[in-house]
Amino acid sequence: MTNRTANKPVKTLSEVIIRFAGDSGDGMQLTGDRFTTESAAFGNSLSTLPDFPAEIRAPAGTLPGVSAYQLHFADHSVVTPGDAPTVLVAMNPAALKANLSDLPRGGTIIVDTDEFTKRNLAKVGYATSPVEDGSLADYLVHPVKLTSLTVDAVAKVGVSRKDAERAKNMFALGLLSWLYHRPLEGTRRFLETKFAGRREVLRANLVALEAGWSYGETTEGFAVNYEVKPASLPPGRYRTIRGNQALAYGLVAAAERSNLPLFLGSYPITPASDILHELSALKHFGVRTFQAEDEIAGVAAAIGASYGGSLGVTTTSGPGISLKAETIGLAVALELPLIVVDVQRGGPSTGLPTKTEQADLLQVLFGRNGEAPVPVVAAQTASDCFDAAVEAARIALTYRTPVFLLSDGYLANGSEPWLIPEVASLPDLRVQFATAPNDGEHFRPYLRDPVTLARPWAIPGTPGLEHRIGGIEKKDGTGEISYDPANHDHMVRTRAAKVAGIEVPPLDVDDPDGNAELLVLGWGSTYGPVTGAVRVLRAQGVPVARAHLRHLNPMPANTEEVLRRYRRVVVPEMNLGQLALLIRGLYLVDAIGINQVRGQPFRVDDLVDAIRSVLDGTATRTAVGSAGRYGRSPTIPSIPIGDEPGSTDDAEPVLLPAHAGTGPATNGGAR
Amino acid sequence: MTEPTQRPVRPARGGVTAVSLAGAPALKLIPKAESALTAKDFKSDQEVRWCPGCGDYAILAAVQGFMPQLGIRRENIVFVSGIGCAARFPYYMNTYGMHSIHGRAPAIATGLAASRPDLSVWIVTGDGDALSIGGNHLIHALRRNVNLKILLFNNRIYGLTKGQYSPTSEVGKRTKSTPLGSVDTPFNPVSVALGAEASFVARTIDSDRKHLTSVLQAAAVHQGTALVEIYQNCNIFNDGAFEPLKDATSKDEATIRLEHGQPIRFGIGGHRGVIRNSRGRLEVVDVDQVGEDALVVHDAHEEDPSTAFALARLANPDNLDNTPIGVFRDITRGTYGSAMQAQIDTAIATHGVGDLAGLLAGRDTWTVR
Repeated sequence: MTNRTANKPVKTLSEVIIRFAGDSGDGMQLTGDRFTTESAAFGNSLSTLPDFPAEIRAPAGTLPGVSAYQLHFADHSVVTPGDAPTVLVAMNPAALKANLSDLPRGGTIIVDTDEFTKRNLAKVGYATSPVEDGSLADYLVHPVKLTSLTVDAVAKVGVSRKDAERAKNMFALGLLSWLYHRPLEGTRRFLETKFAGRREVLRANLVALEAGWSYGETTEGFAVNYEVKPASLPPGRYRTIRGNQALAYGLVAAAERSNLPLFLGSYPITPASDILHELSALKHFGVRTFQAEDEIAGVAAAIGASYGGSLGVTTTSGPGISLKAETIGLAVALELPLIVVDVQRGGPSTGLPTKTEQADLLQVLFGRNGEAPVPVVAAQTASDCFDAAVEAARIALTYRTPVFLLSDGYLANGSEPWLIPEVASLPDLRVQFATAPNDGEHFRPYLRDPVTLARPWAIPGTPGLEHRIGGIEKKDGTGEISYDPANHDHMVRTRAAKVAGIEVPPLDVDDPDGNAELLVLGWGSTYGPVTGAVRVLRAQGVPVARAHLRHLNPMPANTEEVLRRYRRVVVPEMNLGQLALLIRGLYLVDAIGINQVRGQPFRVDDLVDAIRSVLDGTATRTAVGSAGRYGRSPTIPSIPIGDEPGSTDDAEPVLLPAHAGTGPATNGGAR
Repeated sequence: MTEPTQRPVRPARGGVTAVSLAGAPALKLIPKAESALTAKDFKSDQEVRWCPGCGDYAILAAVQGFMPQLGIRRENIVFVSGIGCAARFPYYMNTYGMHSIHGRAPAIATGLAASRPDLSVWIVTGDGDALSIGGNHLIHALRRNVNLKILLFNNRIYGLTKGQYSPTSEVGKRTKSTPLGSVDTPFNPVSVALGAEASFVARTIDSDRKHLTSVLQAAAVHQGTALVEIYQNCNIFNDGAFEPLKDATSKDEATIRLEHGQPIRFGIGGHRGVIRNSRGRLEVVDVDQVGEDALVVHDAHEEDPSTAFALARLANPDNLDNTPIGVFRDITRGTYGSAMQAQIDTAIATHGVGDLAGLLAGRDTWTVR
């Protein structure tokens, strides 16, 4: 079919952003995922944003039940799922209503008119059908009787009407695949596996897929179709991968490269559960997965396994981190390797379970009793979750410490092409267990490596090294209980020094011309939007530098030096300024936050506007505690910043929240 | 019946010395000791810091004395504890040990035992640690049948925090935190364990070294989670809590010594016994009235836990009359760790040992040249 020559004119596009939207039960995630895989196989660069409600099946046809999947594919490198769709596929009135405001005028809408019944229209408050009443006049609308065309097409297969209707997502996929010249072979193979053993349902889906394609080819409704040529990506073998999948694979790779069995202790929680699912299916890699009775037991079992010589891991989201806090403190005291994965979601409390946010940074850094330093590594893109997991394992194993690995809902569910790494190119993570006494005839469990300050890892079963460890303060060296004031001071400082001394790569700066005055400093999943915004600004002739922190604790040794090179440091975050607070506190640098907590990744255009407003001095400053959001909401507290006309760097400091009293809007460095 | 039987109540099975449990199936995955160990081998060099007179000393001595019978290597034994007076126990054992955080020992030990079938993992916990803050972990460890031996030191009081009432304190207990008396109904740890699908549940007393040792032996050779409730005296904050079961003049009348396969009778000369009455409930009667044949014969291996539960309810929580001690339940059920290992073995047999390169590549790949 894909070899057929379309008889209609073909128009070449550089990029397309499609949003599939329908009821939670309409199979929009699957449709989007298949279209993604087809596009990847075709060679486009791409990025995706699944967006679905926390409810599994909200009442059909209602706004809360709308599930969407946005895909950005292009003939050039793309780093975000796109700010706004150019094409909206709406399977019912609710999907149209929930998504229309995001579609720019002139955009394309494909609707299933069969679903635009009086009842469905009424459910979302449409008095008349927007498809017919002229309210969509500014858009290019393709009304398609998706449901009835599907039912007619699969009638010959002889499945139930319900199964026939269910195949309408494949009809839509077939139509879109025709419209954008996507190959179908992969989807056919996929369906054959998915519906193996259910031959009629398989046939219905295959027929619907073909019918959608043919409909595009023959109907007069679609006058042209489009092609988006392959992007030029670095050579090599690729696949698409989702963030949670990449993270799970990274853990398996770390276990293999360290020659340790992987043990996952976890309690199901959105959006982290897919890591548990992935690893549960990998028992032939010797992976042990333990679905615990609660979050605490998940991390506790992981520590127990680490004590026994496994690579212990626990996976959760923000609420789970709150529950695990005391046990992570125990891991700090025990100085055993442990990986704690936090796939962040909107908070506080239950918050927005299926939406993304970066507001756990301060929690993972400081959310424990006592001085309890824990290294923090953050993933930047969906595929980068793999490398970040391997890096977290390196730190945990080398320094015998719990490590936080931060991901978020956007990375967890988003997918992108991934240049498959060679196993041999992955770091060697082999560890040396203690096998003999380390102090004459004695074994001292807290006698440290002089370079890393790591303590020996002596696992039960090793003769002669019987020892006791615990959460109570211990004497350095022997590990015996000690309440000695000087020893406690020494131990607190030693644990801090161990984490502070972790070797991490230097902070790379992307400043091609070296003439930027403004640095955009990001961390985690803002990598894509920040990169996109910086590209736009440079194309507009605005020099901007960009740096992205993978290591939040400890930060790279050159961080302060980098920050001081720039007159302005702007920190976009999906929180109210948590990294900005750290930058101010650690380096006395006047970091300016660009903050958004909408449960969605930044839009590139919004970031461009916000960065420009910092450059031209019209931005409003926000920081932790000021309940701020740049630009849009004049009623919330905000503080003018920047070089107002006539102001100078030695002007009166602007009034800032008490924690951020660093004075004028300058970094005090060169430039 | 003619004259009352004069024979003493049967001693608990097993002696204190010269017993080896080394051949028990539950220990078969654990490396054997190359030479015989003694109690001294299990004493660490740490100064024991319990209050003088604490019941914990007797339990520590009994455990150290019994460990050599296991015939396994000392380095393959791990003691894990939470928080509380009893939780210091691992520091005094010259084995591997972890003194962790409040209530979490069963969860930590689950991760250890499930990933290391070659270890003998013991938990030392108390009534607050196991039944209040750690209640959730306890019941889930029991239902999973993880290969753990849980020693629950029950002194019916919070000792380490200096004398508040505990989840096993009797109603009306006056403590610093309940000056007018506690108002909540206590847990019966044996009932809780049986309700949580435990495969092994026993009760013993700190001061009865022989009985304590026999119960430890039975727990050690059990496959899966064994819960041993040990009545332990806190001579500082709850002294004499179990006195009716210890005092020479009252203990034989108050204590029911359960022995598998034997009719349940107790009291001086065994003059009292347990029957199932016409309403189906267990009842304490004079053996003279009913005859020995009417007595319930204790069957610790009975799959149905109803009778064990009924036995657990015989004791009067206020004065400890009719308190059964011994093994309530000891049934055979696969362990969590072995089931986990079996799934791994099956997966490897089915798919072969995992190939990382194949996993990373997946099924849909394309090549950019």
